Amino acid sequence: MKKNKSVEQICLNIFFIILSLIIICPLLTLVGVSLSNEKDVVEFGYRIIPKKIDLSAYQYVFKNPEAIINAYKITIFTSIVVMVLSVFLMCMVAYPLTKKNFKHRSALSFYLYFTMLFSGGLVPSYILITKYLHLGNTIWVHILPGLISPWYIFMIRTFFQGIPEEISESVYIDGGTDYTVFFKMIIPLSKPVIAAVSLFMFLGKWNDWFTSMMYITDDKLIGLQYLLQRIMSNIQLLQSSSGTAASSQLRDVSDIPAETVRMAMAVVVAGPALVVFPFFQKYFVKGMTVGAVKG
Amino acid sequence: MKKEKKTKRESNYRLYVLCAVPVILVFIFNYLPMIGAVIAFKDYKYNDGIFGSKWVGLRNFEMFFKSKDFANVAWNTIYLNFIFIIIGTICAVTLAILLFNVIGRKNVKTYQTIFITPYFISWVVVGYIAYAFLNPAYGILNQLLNALGMENIDVYSKPGLWPIILTIANVWKNVGMDSVIYYAALMGIDTSLFEAADVDGVNRFQKVWYITIPSLISLITILTILKIGNIFRADFGLFYQLTRDVGQLYSTTDVMDTYIYRTLKLWNDVSLSSAAGLLQSVVGLILVVITNTVAKRIDKDCALF
Repeated sequence: MKKNKSVEQICLNIFFIILSLIIICPLLTLVGVSLSNEKDVVEFGYRIIPKKIDLSAYQYVFKNPEAIINAYKITIFTSIVVMVLSVFLMCMVAYPLTKKNFKHRSALSFYLYFTMLFSGGLVPSYILITKYLHLGNTIWVHILPGLISPWYIFMIRTFFQGIPEEISESVYIDGGTDYTVFFKMIIPLSKPVIAAVSLFMFLGKWNDWFTSMMYITDDKLIGLQYLLQRIMSNIQLLQSSSGTAASSQLRDVSDIPAETVRMAMAVVVAGPALVVFPFFQKYFVKGMTVGAVKG
Repeated sequence: MKKEKKTKRESNYRLYVLCAVPVILVFIFNYLPMIGAVIAFKDYKYNDGIFGSKWVGLRNFEMFFKSKDFANVAWNTIYLNFIFIIIGTICAVTLAILLFNVIGRKNVKTYQTIFITPYFISWVVVGYIAYAFLNPAYGILNQLLNALGMENIDVYSKPGLWPIILTIANVWKNVGMDSVIYYAALMGIDTSLFEAADVDGVNRFQKVWYITIPSLISLITILTILKIGNIFRADFGLFYQLTRDVGQLYSTTDVMDTYIYRTLKLWNDVSLSSAAGLLQSVVGLILVVITNTVAKRIDKDCALF
Protein backbone atom coordinates (compact mmCIF):
# COMPACT_ATOMS: atom_id res chain seq x y z
CA MET A 1 0.00 0.00 0.00
CA LYS A 2 2.66 2.45 1.03
CA LYS A 3 4.91 1.50 -1.84
CA ASN A 4 2.01 1.97 -4.22
CA LYS A 5 1.54 5.47 -2.94
CA SER A 6 5.16 6.46 -3.36
CA VAL A 7 5.21 5.18 -6.94
CA GLU A 8 2.16 7.29 -7.60
CA GLN A 9 3.82 10.31 -6.02
CA ILE A 10 6.90 9.86 -8.17
CA CYS A 11 4.76 9.66 -11.31
CA LEU A 12 2.80 12.74 -10.30
CA ASN A 13 5.94 14.70 -9.59
CA ILE A 14 7.53 13.64 -12.86
CA PHE A 15 4.39 14.76 -14.64
CA PHE A 16 4.46 18.12 -12.93
CA ILE A 17 8.16 18.63 -13.60
CA ILE A 18 7.60 17.96 -17.31
CA LEU A 19 4.59 20.26 -17.34
CA SER A 20 6.59 22.96 -15.57
CA LEU A 21 9.29 22.69 -18.20
CA ILE A 22 6.71 22.98 -20.98
CA ILE A 23 5.22 26.06 -19.36
CA ILE A 24 8.60 27.70 -18.76
CA CYS A 25 10.04 26.76 -22.16
CA PRO A 26 8.46 29.69 -24.08
CA LEU A 27 10.07 32.12 -21.65
CA LEU A 28 13.43 30.41 -21.96
CA THR A 29 13.11 30.69 -25.72
CA LEU A 30 13.05 34.47 -25.45
CA VAL A 31 16.18 34.44 -23.31
CA GLY A 32 17.87 31.87 -25.52
CA VAL A 33 17.33 33.79 -28.73
CA SER A 34 18.37 37.07 -27.13
CA LEU A 35 21.69 35.48 -26.15
CA SER A 36 22.29 34.02 -29.60
CA ASN A 37 24.54 35.22 -32.33
CA GLU A 38 22.61 36.95 -35.10
CA LYS A 39 24.40 34.96 -37.82
CA ASP A 40 23.49 31.68 -36.12
CA VAL A 41 19.86 32.75 -35.97
CA VAL A 42 19.78 33.62 -39.65
CA GLU A 43 21.47 30.34 -40.51
CA PHE A 44 19.85 27.86 -38.11
CA GLY A 45 16.78 29.69 -36.82
CA TYR A 46 15.78 30.46 -33.25
CA ARG A 47 17.24 28.13 -30.66
CA ILE A 48 16.14 27.69 -27.08
CA ILE A 49 19.73 26.88 -26.17
CA PRO A 50 22.03 29.17 -28.15
CA LYS A 51 24.86 27.65 -30.20
CA LYS A 52 27.23 30.10 -28.61
CA ILE A 53 26.49 32.83 -26.13
CA ASP A 54 26.65 36.26 -27.69
CA LEU A 55 25.78 39.40 -25.77
CA SER A 56 25.84 41.75 -28.74
CA ALA A 57 22.05 42.10 -28.77
CA TYR A 58 22.10 43.42 -25.22
CA GLN A 59 25.09 45.59 -25.99
CA TYR A 60 23.09 47.06 -28.83
CA VAL A 61 20.01 47.60 -26.68
CA PHE A 62 22.01 49.38 -23.99
CA LYS A 63 24.12 51.38 -26.40
CA ASN A 64 21.15 53.61 -27.18
CA PRO A 65 19.16 53.28 -24.01
CA GLU A 66 17.31 56.64 -24.12
CA ALA A 67 14.08 55.26 -25.57
CA ILE A 68 14.01 52.33 -23.17
CA ILE A 69 14.94 54.36 -20.12
CA ASN A 70 12.29 56.91 -20.99
CA ALA A 71 9.63 54.23 -21.43
CA TYR A 72 10.74 52.59 -18.20
CA LYS A 73 10.37 55.90 -16.39
CA ILE A 74 6.86 56.40 -17.77
CA THR A 75 5.80 52.88 -16.87
CA ILE A 76 7.30 52.89 -13.38
CA PHE A 77 5.91 56.32 -12.60
CA THR A 78 2.40 55.62 -13.85
CA SER A 79 2.29 52.14 -12.30
CA ILE A 80 3.23 53.46 -8.87
CA VAL A 81 0.92 56.47 -9.04
CA VAL A 82 -2.00 54.37 -10.27
CA MET A 83 -1.38 51.74 -7.61
CA VAL A 84 -1.23 54.19 -4.70
CA LEU A 85 -4.05 56.48 -5.84
CA SER A 86 -6.43 53.76 -6.94
CA VAL A 87 -6.11 51.65 -3.81
CA PHE A 88 -6.55 54.69 -1.62
CA LEU A 89 -9.60 55.92 -3.54
CA MET A 90 -11.18 52.49 -3.72
CA CYS A 91 -10.79 52.05 0.04
CA MET A 92 -12.43 55.45 0.50
CA VAL A 93 -15.49 54.37 -1.44
CA ALA A 94 -15.53 50.84 -0.03
CA TYR A 95 -15.77 52.09 3.54
CA PRO A 96 -19.14 53.87 3.24
CA LEU A 97 -20.46 50.71 1.57
CA THR A 98 -19.96 48.88 4.86
CA LYS A 99 -21.76 51.45 7.04
CA LYS A 100 -25.31 50.43 7.81
CA ASN A 101 -26.23 53.98 8.84
CA PHE A 102 -25.15 55.36 5.46
CA LYS A 103 -28.36 56.47 3.83
CA HIS A 104 -27.41 55.91 0.20
CA ARG A 105 -25.51 52.71 0.71
CA SER A 106 -27.48 50.56 -1.70
CA ALA A 107 -27.75 53.38 -4.25
CA LEU A 108 -23.97 53.82 -4.19
CA SER A 109 -23.53 50.09 -4.46
CA PHE A 110 -25.72 49.94 -7.54
CA TYR A 111 -24.06 53.04 -9.02
CA LEU A 112 -20.72 51.22 -8.92
CA TYR A 113 -22.12 47.85 -9.80
CA PHE A 114 -23.87 49.00 -12.93
CA THR A 115 -20.55 49.96 -14.54
CA MET A 116 -19.60 46.28 -14.40
CA LEU A 117 -22.72 45.36 -16.35
CA PHE A 118 -22.78 48.03 -18.99
CA SER A 119 -20.29 50.36 -20.58
CA GLY A 120 -20.54 53.06 -23.18
CA GLY A 121 -17.92 51.30 -25.25
CA LEU A 122 -14.63 52.30 -26.76
CA VAL A 123 -15.78 55.05 -29.10
CA PRO A 124 -17.55 57.37 -26.62
CA SER A 125 -14.66 56.97 -24.16
CA TYR A 126 -12.20 57.79 -26.89
CA ILE A 127 -14.07 60.89 -27.97
CA LEU A 128 -14.60 61.99 -24.38
CA ILE A 129 -10.94 61.61 -23.47
CA THR A 130 -9.44 63.13 -26.58
CA LYS A 131 -11.96 65.76 -27.71
CA TYR A 132 -13.66 66.92 -24.54
CA LEU A 133 -11.19 66.26 -21.70
CA HIS A 134 -8.09 66.85 -23.87
CA LEU A 135 -6.21 64.08 -22.11
CA GLY A 136 -4.76 62.58 -25.29
CA ASN A 137 -0.95 62.81 -25.35
CA THR A 138 -0.71 63.68 -21.67
CA ILE A 139 0.57 61.65 -18.76
CA TRP A 140 -2.92 61.91 -17.21
CA VAL A 141 -4.47 59.55 -19.70
CA HIS A 142 -2.22 56.83 -18.26
CA ILE A 143 -3.49 57.55 -14.77
CA LEU A 144 -7.02 58.89 -14.50
CA PRO A 145 -9.34 56.66 -16.57
CA GLY A 146 -8.48 53.37 -14.89
CA LEU A 147 -8.29 54.44 -11.26
CA ILE A 148 -11.59 53.03 -10.08
CA SER A 149 -12.46 49.39 -10.62
CA PRO A 150 -15.76 48.24 -9.10
CA TRP A 151 -14.55 44.65 -8.94
CA TYR A 152 -11.78 45.56 -6.50
CA ILE A 153 -14.03 47.92 -4.56
CA PHE A 154 -16.34 45.03 -3.77
CA MET A 155 -13.37 42.87 -2.89
CA ILE A 156 -12.16 45.51 -0.43
CA ARG A 157 -15.67 45.97 0.94
CA THR A 158 -15.98 42.25 1.61
CA PHE A 159 -12.77 42.40 3.58
CA PHE A 160 -13.88 45.50 5.53
CA GLN A 161 -17.09 43.73 6.45
CA GLY A 162 -15.07 41.07 8.20
CA ILE A 163 -13.66 43.63 10.64
CA PRO A 164 -15.73 43.56 13.86
CA GLU A 165 -17.95 46.59 14.29
CA GLU A 166 -17.06 46.91 17.98
CA ILE A 167 -13.74 48.38 16.90
CA SER A 168 -15.38 51.39 15.30
CA GLU A 169 -17.88 51.68 18.16
CA SER A 170 -15.01 52.11 20.60
CA VAL A 171 -13.58 54.91 18.46
CA TYR A 172 -16.93 56.75 18.43
CA ILE A 173 -17.13 56.49 22.23
CA ASP A 174 -13.70 58.06 22.50
CA GLY A 175 -14.99 60.99 20.47
CA GLY A 176 -13.55 59.88 17.13
CA THR A 177 -15.30 60.30 13.80
CA ASP A 178 -15.58 58.12 10.73
CA TYR A 179 -12.34 59.66 9.51
CA THR A 180 -10.57 58.35 12.61
CA VAL A 181 -12.11 54.92 12.19
CA PHE A 182 -11.18 54.78 8.53
CA PHE A 183 -7.60 56.04 8.74
CA LYS A 184 -6.60 54.74 12.16
CA MET A 185 -8.48 51.45 12.33
CA ILE A 186 -9.78 50.12 9.03
CA ILE A 187 -6.78 50.90 6.83
CA PRO A 188 -4.14 49.45 9.19
CA LEU A 189 -6.25 46.34 9.74
CA SER A 190 -6.76 45.76 6.01
CA LYS A 191 -3.16 45.26 4.93
CA PRO A 192 -3.78 41.87 3.26
CA VAL A 193 -6.49 43.10 0.93
CA ILE A 194 -4.66 46.37 0.28
CA ALA A 195 -1.55 44.42 -0.68
CA ALA A 196 -3.51 42.14 -3.01
CA VAL A 197 -5.36 44.95 -4.78
CA SER A 198 -2.19 47.06 -5.03
CA LEU A 199 -0.40 44.23 -6.76
CA PHE A 200 -3.22 43.62 -9.22
CA MET A 201 -3.38 47.33 -10.05
CA PHE A 202 0.39 47.55 -10.42
CA LEU A 203 0.54 44.48 -12.62
CA GLY A 204 -2.33 45.74 -14.75
CA LYS A 205 -0.65 49.08 -15.36
CA TRP A 206 2.79 47.55 -15.84
CA ASN A 207 1.44 45.35 -18.61
CA ASP A 208 -0.75 48.02 -20.17
CA TRP A 209 0.00 48.84 -23.79
CA PHE A 210 -3.54 49.70 -24.84
CA THR A 211 -3.57 53.19 -23.34
CA SER A 212 -0.40 54.19 -25.18
CA MET A 213 -1.61 52.67 -28.42
CA MET A 214 -4.97 54.41 -28.16
CA TYR A 215 -4.17 57.84 -26.81
CA ILE A 216 -0.46 58.60 -27.18
CA THR A 217 1.31 59.69 -30.34
CA ASP A 218 4.17 61.50 -28.61
CA ASP A 219 7.11 59.07 -28.39
CA LYS A 220 8.20 60.58 -25.11
CA LEU A 221 5.01 59.51 -23.37
CA ILE A 222 4.66 55.90 -24.47
CA GLY A 223 4.99 53.12 -21.95
CA LEU A 224 7.35 50.19 -21.98
CA GLN A 225 4.94 47.59 -23.38
CA TYR A 226 3.88 49.75 -26.28
CA LEU A 227 7.49 50.58 -27.10
CA LEU A 228 8.10 46.85 -27.30
CA GLN A 229 5.04 46.37 -29.48
CA ARG A 230 6.25 48.97 -31.95
CA ILE A 231 9.78 47.64 -32.06
CA MET A 232 8.40 44.43 -33.51
CA SER A 233 7.72 46.20 -36.78
CA ASN A 234 10.06 49.16 -36.48
CA ILE A 235 13.36 48.48 -34.80
CA GLN A 236 14.65 51.95 -35.58
CA LEU A 237 12.66 53.24 -32.65
CA LEU A 238 15.50 52.11 -30.44
CA GLN A 239 17.65 54.82 -31.94
CA SER A 240 15.93 57.70 -30.31
CA SER A 241 18.33 60.31 -31.67
CA SER A 242 15.86 61.61 -34.22
CA GLY A 243 18.36 64.15 -35.60
CA THR A 244 20.26 61.64 -37.74
CA ALA A 245 19.91 61.99 -41.47
CA ALA A 246 17.80 59.48 -43.38
CA SER A 247 20.75 57.99 -45.23
CA SER A 248 22.79 57.24 -42.13
CA GLN A 249 19.71 55.78 -40.49
CA LEU A 250 19.30 53.39 -43.38
CA ARG A 251 22.82 52.16 -42.97
CA ASP A 252 22.28 51.77 -39.23
CA VAL A 253 19.24 49.59 -39.78
CA SER A 254 21.13 47.00 -41.74
CA ASP A 255 23.70 46.92 -38.95
CA ILE A 256 21.11 46.04 -36.32
CA PRO A 257 21.11 42.38 -35.33
CA ALA A 258 17.33 42.69 -35.59
CA GLU A 259 16.20 39.19 -34.66
CA THR A 260 18.20 38.92 -31.46
CA VAL A 261 17.74 42.56 -30.48
CA ARG A 262 13.96 42.17 -30.59
CA MET A 263 14.07 39.25 -28.21
CA ALA A 264 16.57 41.03 -25.99
CA MET A 265 14.13 43.91 -25.76
CA ALA A 266 11.36 41.52 -24.77
CA VAL A 267 13.58 40.16 -22.01
CA VAL A 268 14.45 43.65 -20.83
CA VAL A 269 10.73 44.50 -20.71
CA ALA A 270 9.38 41.30 -19.17
CA GLY A 271 12.36 40.30 -17.06
CA PRO A 272 12.09 42.58 -14.05
CA ALA A 273 8.39 41.83 -13.63
CA LEU A 274 9.02 38.10 -13.87
CA VAL A 275 11.68 38.29 -11.20
CA VAL A 276 9.66 40.46 -8.83
CA PHE A 277 6.04 39.31 -9.10
CA PRO A 278 6.46 35.64 -8.12
CA PHE A 279 7.63 36.82 -4.69
CA PHE A 280 4.19 38.27 -4.15
CA GLN A 281 2.40 35.16 -5.33
CA LYS A 282 0.80 34.72 -1.89
CA TYR A 283 -1.09 37.99 -2.28
CA PHE A 284 -2.20 37.28 -5.84
CA VAL A 285 -3.54 33.92 -4.75
CA LYS A 286 -5.32 35.49 -1.80
CA GLY A 287 -6.81 38.13 -4.06
CA MET A 288 -8.03 35.53 -6.53
CA THR A 289 -9.77 33.49 -3.87
CA VAL A 290 -11.35 36.47 -2.11
CA GLY A 291 -12.66 37.76 -5.41
CA ALA A 292 -14.07 34.41 -6.39
CA VAL A 293 -16.00 33.77 -3.23
CA LYS A 294 -17.85 37.05 -3.19
CA GLY A 295 -18.19 39.74 -5.82
CA MET B 1 -31.34 61.23 21.94
CA LYS B 2 -30.91 64.50 20.13
CA LYS B 3 -27.17 64.25 20.37
CA GLU B 4 -27.16 60.77 18.92
CA LYS B 5 -29.13 61.92 15.92
CA LYS B 6 -26.68 64.71 15.32
CA THR B 7 -23.60 62.47 15.35
CA LYS B 8 -25.34 60.15 12.98
CA ARG B 9 -25.94 62.91 10.49
CA GLU B 10 -22.42 64.20 10.93
CA SER B 11 -20.91 60.82 10.26
CA ASN B 12 -23.07 60.49 7.18
CA TYR B 13 -21.66 63.74 5.87
CA ARG B 14 -18.15 62.42 6.40
CA LEU B 15 -19.00 59.29 4.46
CA TYR B 16 -20.12 61.43 1.54
CA VAL B 17 -16.81 63.28 1.66
CA LEU B 18 -14.89 60.01 1.62
CA CYS B 19 -16.61 58.62 -1.44
CA ALA B 20 -16.93 61.91 -3.36
CA VAL B 21 -13.78 61.71 -5.50
CA PRO B 22 -14.24 58.09 -6.58
CA VAL B 23 -17.90 58.76 -7.36
CA ILE B 24 -16.97 61.72 -9.56
CA LEU B 25 -14.28 59.71 -11.35
CA VAL B 26 -16.74 56.91 -12.05
CA PHE B 27 -19.22 59.45 -13.34
CA ILE B 28 -16.69 60.98 -15.73
CA PHE B 29 -15.05 57.84 -17.05
CA ASN B 30 -17.95 55.37 -16.88
CA TYR B 31 -21.24 57.26 -16.98
CA LEU B 32 -20.39 60.04 -19.42
CA PRO B 33 -19.39 57.48 -22.10
CA MET B 34 -22.73 55.74 -21.52
CA ILE B 35 -24.48 58.99 -22.36
CA GLY B 36 -22.06 59.46 -25.24
CA ALA B 37 -23.11 56.10 -26.60
CA VAL B 38 -25.92 57.96 -28.40
CA ILE B 39 -23.40 58.61 -31.17
CA ALA B 40 -24.21 55.10 -32.35
CA PHE B 41 -27.48 56.66 -33.56
CA LYS B 42 -25.80 59.70 -35.12
CA ASP B 43 -23.71 60.61 -38.11
CA TYR B 44 -20.70 61.78 -36.10
CA LYS B 45 -18.84 64.81 -37.36
CA TYR B 46 -15.80 65.83 -35.35
CA ASN B 47 -16.59 69.53 -35.43
CA ASP B 48 -20.22 69.08 -34.39
CA GLY B 49 -19.35 66.94 -31.39
CA ILE B 50 -21.48 64.18 -29.93
CA PHE B 51 -24.63 66.20 -29.41
CA GLY B 52 -24.39 68.46 -32.45
CA SER B 53 -24.11 65.64 -34.97
CA LYS B 54 -27.09 64.65 -37.05
CA TRP B 55 -29.49 61.94 -35.82
CA VAL B 56 -29.67 59.00 -38.22
CA GLY B 57 -31.60 56.44 -36.20
CA LEU B 58 -30.55 52.87 -36.78
CA ARG B 59 -28.58 53.52 -39.96
CA ASN B 60 -25.20 52.70 -38.36
CA PHE B 61 -26.50 49.41 -37.04
CA GLU B 62 -27.94 48.54 -40.43
CA MET B 63 -24.55 49.29 -41.95
CA PHE B 64 -22.86 46.98 -39.43
CA PHE B 65 -25.39 44.17 -39.84
CA LYS B 66 -25.20 44.37 -43.61
CA SER B 67 -21.39 44.45 -43.73
CA LYS B 68 -19.68 41.18 -44.54
CA ASP B 69 -17.73 41.46 -41.29
CA PHE B 70 -20.66 41.25 -38.90
CA ALA B 71 -21.40 37.53 -39.09
CA ASN B 72 -17.71 36.64 -39.06
CA VAL B 73 -16.83 38.87 -36.12
CA ALA B 74 -19.81 37.90 -33.99
CA TRP B 75 -19.33 34.20 -34.69
CA ASN B 76 -15.58 34.28 -33.97
CA THR B 77 -16.13 36.08 -30.70
CA ILE B 78 -18.69 33.62 -29.39
CA TYR B 79 -17.14 30.49 -30.88
CA LEU B 80 -13.59 31.16 -29.68
CA ASN B 81 -14.69 32.29 -26.24
CA PHE B 82 -16.79 29.16 -25.97
CA ILE B 83 -13.76 27.00 -26.75
CA PHE B 84 -11.66 28.96 -24.24
CA ILE B 85 -14.26 28.44 -21.53
CA ILE B 86 -14.58 24.67 -22.10
CA ILE B 87 -10.89 23.88 -22.58
CA GLY B 88 -9.74 26.42 -20.00
CA THR B 89 -12.05 25.02 -17.34
CA ILE B 90 -11.14 21.40 -18.04
CA CYS B 91 -7.42 22.22 -17.85
CA ALA B 92 -7.73 24.32 -14.70
CA VAL B 93 -9.83 21.72 -12.86
CA THR B 94 -7.57 18.84 -13.91
CA LEU B 95 -4.50 20.76 -12.84
CA ALA B 96 -6.05 21.61 -9.47
CA ILE B 97 -7.06 17.98 -8.81
CA LEU B 98 -3.63 16.64 -9.75
CA LEU B 99 -1.95 19.29 -7.64
CA PHE B 100 -4.24 18.39 -4.75
CA ASN B 101 -2.91 14.83 -4.87
CA VAL B 102 0.73 15.90 -4.61
CA ILE B 103 2.07 15.33 -1.12
CA GLY B 104 4.37 18.01 0.26
CA ARG B 105 3.48 21.64 0.63
CA LYS B 106 6.79 22.79 -0.82
CA ASN B 107 6.39 20.90 -4.11
CA VAL B 108 2.85 22.19 -4.55
CA LYS B 109 4.00 25.76 -4.01
CA THR B 110 6.87 25.46 -6.47
CA TYR B 111 4.62 24.06 -9.19
CA GLN B 112 1.97 26.67 -8.53
CA THR B 113 4.53 29.47 -8.80
CA ILE B 114 5.70 28.16 -12.16
CA PHE B 115 2.16 27.75 -13.50
CA ILE B 116 1.23 31.28 -12.47
CA THR B 117 4.32 32.88 -14.04
CA PRO B 118 2.81 33.37 -17.54
CA TYR B 119 -0.01 35.35 -15.93
CA PHE B 120 2.50 38.10 -15.12
CA ILE B 121 3.54 38.64 -18.72
CA SER B 122 1.89 41.17 -20.98
CA TRP B 123 0.23 40.11 -24.22
CA VAL B 124 2.88 42.06 -26.08
CA VAL B 125 5.58 39.75 -24.76
CA VAL B 126 3.37 36.72 -25.42
CA GLY B 127 3.11 38.02 -28.98
CA TYR B 128 6.92 37.97 -29.19
CA ILE B 129 7.03 34.44 -27.85
CA ALA B 130 4.43 33.31 -30.38
CA TYR B 131 6.50 34.98 -33.09
CA ALA B 132 9.62 33.11 -31.95
CA PHE B 133 7.74 29.84 -32.35
CA LEU B 134 5.78 30.59 -35.50
CA ASN B 135 8.07 32.86 -37.51
CA PRO B 136 8.18 31.31 -41.01
CA ALA B 137 11.91 31.84 -41.51
CA TYR B 138 13.49 31.15 -38.13
CA GLY B 139 10.63 29.85 -35.96
CA ILE B 140 10.97 26.86 -33.71
CA LEU B 141 7.83 25.20 -35.09
CA ASN B 142 9.31 25.02 -38.58
CA GLN B 143 12.59 23.64 -37.23
CA LEU B 144 10.59 20.87 -35.55
CA LEU B 145 8.65 20.21 -38.74
CA ASN B 146 11.89 20.06 -40.73
CA ALA B 147 13.39 17.67 -38.22
CA LEU B 148 10.36 15.44 -38.80
CA GLY B 149 10.90 15.72 -42.54
CA MET B 150 7.95 18.01 -43.19
CA GLU B 151 7.63 21.19 -45.19
CA ASN B 152 7.89 24.68 -43.73
CA ILE B 153 4.58 26.39 -43.10
CA ASP B 154 3.85 30.07 -42.83
CA VAL B 155 1.39 30.07 -39.96
CA TYR B 156 0.64 33.76 -40.44
CA SER B 157 -1.05 32.94 -43.75
CA LYS B 158 -3.01 29.91 -42.50
CA PRO B 159 -6.15 31.14 -40.73
CA GLY B 160 -7.35 27.59 -40.08
CA LEU B 161 -4.62 26.99 -37.50
CA TRP B 162 -5.33 30.04 -35.38
CA PRO B 163 -8.18 28.82 -33.20
CA ILE B 164 -5.76 26.16 -31.93
CA ILE B 165 -2.88 28.59 -31.46
CA LEU B 166 -5.06 31.12 -29.64
CA THR B 167 -6.50 28.42 -27.39
CA ILE B 168 -3.04 27.16 -26.46
CA ALA B 169 -1.80 30.68 -25.74
CA ASN B 170 -4.87 31.49 -23.68
CA VAL B 171 -4.65 28.31 -21.62
CA TRP B 172 -0.90 28.72 -21.17
CA LYS B 173 -1.31 32.24 -19.82
CA ASN B 174 -4.34 31.74 -17.59
CA VAL B 175 -4.51 28.12 -16.46
CA GLY B 176 -2.26 28.64 -13.43
CA MET B 177 -4.30 31.49 -12.03
CA ASP B 178 -7.61 29.78 -12.86
CA SER B 179 -6.60 26.58 -11.09
CA VAL B 180 -5.83 28.57 -7.93
CA ILE B 181 -9.54 29.02 -7.26
CA TYR B 182 -10.30 25.34 -7.74
CA TYR B 183 -7.31 24.35 -5.64
CA ALA B 184 -8.50 26.61 -2.83
CA ALA B 185 -11.94 24.97 -3.03
CA LEU B 186 -10.36 21.52 -2.83
CA MET B 187 -8.43 22.53 0.28
CA GLY B 188 -11.79 23.27 1.84
CA ILE B 189 -13.14 19.71 1.45
CA ASP B 190 -13.79 17.97 4.74
CA THR B 191 -10.83 15.54 5.10
CA SER B 192 -12.96 13.07 7.04
CA LEU B 193 -14.61 12.17 3.71
CA PHE B 194 -11.27 10.96 2.38
CA GLU B 195 -10.47 9.15 5.63
CA ALA B 196 -13.80 7.34 5.49
CA ALA B 197 -13.07 6.40 1.89
CA ASP B 198 -9.66 5.02 2.94
CA VAL B 199 -11.34 2.84 5.54
CA ASP B 200 -13.67 1.50 2.86
CA GLY B 201 -10.68 0.69 0.66
CA VAL B 202 -11.62 3.05 -2.12
CA ASN B 203 -8.91 3.67 -4.71
CA ARG B 204 -7.53 7.02 -5.89
CA PHE B 205 -9.62 7.33 -9.02
CA GLN B 206 -12.82 6.46 -7.25
CA LYS B 207 -12.02 9.13 -4.67
CA VAL B 208 -11.56 11.73 -7.39
CA TRP B 209 -14.74 10.62 -9.16
CA TYR B 210 -17.00 10.31 -6.12
CA ILE B 211 -15.63 12.95 -3.75
CA THR B 212 -13.36 15.49 -5.44
CA ILE B 213 -15.30 16.22 -8.61
CA PRO B 214 -18.77 16.36 -7.00
CA SER B 215 -17.46 18.84 -4.43
CA LEU B 216 -16.24 21.11 -7.23
CA ILE B 217 -19.30 20.88 -9.42
CA SER B 218 -21.16 23.86 -8.03
CA LEU B 219 -18.09 26.09 -8.26
CA ILE B 220 -17.42 24.96 -11.82
CA THR B 221 -21.03 25.61 -12.77
CA ILE B 222 -21.07 29.09 -11.28
CA LEU B 223 -17.76 30.19 -12.76
CA THR B 224 -18.70 28.82 -16.17
CA ILE B 225 -22.05 30.56 -16.14
CA LEU B 226 -20.40 33.82 -15.18
CA LYS B 227 -17.91 33.41 -18.00
CA ILE B 228 -20.72 32.78 -20.47
CA GLY B 229 -22.09 36.15 -19.37
CA ASN B 230 -18.95 37.69 -20.86
CA ILE B 231 -18.86 35.54 -23.97
CA PHE B 232 -19.42 38.51 -26.27
CA ARG B 233 -16.31 40.27 -24.97
CA ALA B 234 -12.95 39.09 -26.22
CA ASP B 235 -9.53 39.52 -24.67
CA PHE B 236 -8.26 42.23 -27.01
CA GLY B 237 -4.58 41.64 -26.23
CA LEU B 238 -4.74 37.96 -27.10
CA PHE B 239 -6.35 38.54 -30.47
CA TYR B 240 -4.43 41.66 -31.40
CA GLN B 241 -0.89 40.90 -30.25
CA LEU B 242 -0.69 37.25 -31.23
CA THR B 243 -2.10 37.62 -34.70
CA ARG B 244 -0.09 40.84 -35.12
CA ASP B 245 -3.23 42.18 -36.78
CA VAL B 246 -2.48 40.28 -40.00
CA GLY B 247 -5.42 40.83 -42.36
CA GLN B 248 -5.11 37.39 -43.88
CA LEU B 249 -6.11 35.84 -40.55
CA TYR B 250 -9.26 37.88 -39.96
CA SER B 251 -11.56 35.09 -41.11
CA THR B 252 -10.80 33.11 -37.96
CA THR B 253 -9.30 35.65 -35.57
CA ASP B 254 -11.25 38.88 -35.99
CA VAL B 255 -13.45 39.44 -32.94
CA MET B 256 -15.74 42.25 -31.76
CA ASP B 257 -13.02 44.02 -29.82
CA THR B 258 -10.43 43.99 -32.60
CA TYR B 259 -13.08 45.05 -35.09
CA ILE B 260 -14.22 47.97 -32.95
CA TYR B 261 -10.63 49.07 -32.48
CA ARG B 262 -9.80 48.78 -36.16
CA THR B 263 -12.86 50.61 -37.43
CA LEU B 264 -12.20 53.45 -35.00
CA LYS B 265 -8.43 53.88 -35.18
CA LEU B 266 -7.49 52.65 -38.62
CA TRP B 267 -10.59 53.30 -40.71
CA ASN B 268 -11.73 56.31 -38.69
CA ASP B 269 -15.27 55.05 -39.17
CA VAL B 270 -16.80 56.32 -35.94
CA SER B 271 -20.36 55.38 -36.97
CA LEU B 272 -19.60 51.73 -37.65
CA SER B 273 -17.35 51.41 -34.64
CA SER B 274 -19.79 52.95 -32.20
CA ALA B 275 -22.66 50.83 -33.49
CA ALA B 276 -20.59 47.64 -33.05
CA GLY B 277 -19.50 48.85 -29.60
CA LEU B 278 -23.01 49.60 -28.39
CA LEU B 279 -24.26 46.29 -29.74
CA GLN B 280 -21.52 44.53 -27.79
CA SER B 281 -22.42 46.38 -24.59
CA VAL B 282 -26.14 45.71 -24.90
CA VAL B 283 -25.70 42.02 -25.71
CA GLY B 284 -23.20 41.83 -22.83
CA LEU B 285 -25.69 43.40 -20.43
CA ILE B 286 -28.47 41.01 -21.45
CA LEU B 287 -26.20 37.97 -21.18
CA VAL B 288 -24.84 38.95 -17.78
CA VAL B 289 -28.32 39.55 -16.39
CA ILE B 290 -29.56 36.20 -17.70
CA THR B 291 -26.54 34.22 -16.52
CA ASN B 292 -26.68 35.84 -13.12
CA THR B 293 -30.30 34.95 -12.68
CA VAL B 294 -29.42 31.36 -13.51
CA ALA B 295 -26.40 31.40 -11.19
CA LYS B 296 -28.48 32.79 -8.36
CA ARG B 297 -31.01 30.02 -8.78
CA ILE B 298 -28.25 27.43 -8.42
CA ASP B 299 -26.38 29.00 -5.55
CA LYS B 300 -27.53 32.16 -3.87
CA ASP B 301 -24.11 33.16 -2.54
CA CYS B 302 -22.21 32.87 -5.77
CA ALA B 303 -24.13 35.16 -8.08
CA LEU B 304 -22.62 38.56 -8.71
CA PHE B 305 -25.80 40.38 -7.71
